[in-house]
Amino acid sequence: MGVTLNFEKSFEVEGGSFQNAGNVSGQIKGILKDLGVSTDIVRRIAIICYESEINIVSYAKRGTITLSVTDEAVKIEAKDEGPGIPDIELAMQEGYSTASPAVREMGFGAGMGLANMKKYSDHLIITSELGVGTNVRMTVMNFQKILHPDLPQITL
Amino acid sequence: MTLKDVKEILEADVLVGNDQLDKPVKTAFAADLMSDVLAFAKPEAMLLTGLTNPQVVRTADILDITAIIMVRGKKPTEETVKLAEELKIPILSTKYILFETSGRLHARGIKGCIEKVGGET
Repeated sequence: MGVTLNFEKSFEVEGGSFQNAGNVSGQIKGILKDLGVSTDIVRRIAIICYESEINIVSYAKRGTITLSVTDEAVKIEAKDEGPGIPDIELAMQEGYSTASPAVREMGFGAGMGLANMKKYSDHLIITSELGVGTNVRMTVMNFQKILHPDLPQITL
Repeated sequence: MTLKDVKEILEADVLVGNDQLDKPVKTAFAADLMSDVLAFAKPEAMLLTGLTNPQVVRTADILDITAIIMVRGKKPTEETVKLAEELKIPILSTKYILFETSGRLHARGIKGCIEKVGGET
């Protein structure tokens, strides 16, 4: 059984550019609405995308956020050229943060970002290499799947 | 209750969205931490905050927040106002502090998005 790719697009995110932080997430939210994705999924993707974007802006030199939409799931891949995460398990803990004062002034950097990304996605994988960067892949299963849990599961 | 009632209860100035004061409001979330807002706020709630930067508007847009209420007399930056106008998100500014703002609205029937953490989705 194949999975049909309905939409895929990558967006560049500039590190340190707080002025534009959230721009990509806003665009992705608009695309999902136009594609007719259900409101609940649009909201969950918008949140994980925004947290990813804030992370790239806060910590990395640059990054890309890729949106893929299939009949089965909506996926976000946030890939950055940044310092990397030394201890992923520790970073996932609510409240753990290495954010700068500038990030905190904006209302972020309280160690909730990765926890929120996990909370709002059905599946999350983080890989990171020190001095190279971090890659976060998040999947939100499509609503149809939740309505029909007996349908065969497809690993994306 | 509508945003117009909120304006009167809080003796607030409407900085953006004078044309949207007939919007109905039932719930609110109060925080200066946007990640907490992203974790707990529900669509169509008001966001009560002392932050004034454009990220407040971005967060509101991501969550389909009905309006932003800036507390303790805070005024948004020029770019925050511009973004709110662009995204059509009302901003009201009140001189009441966050605790007082929340209390006055709660006493008039506005509920929180959630009452306590744990178990919510």
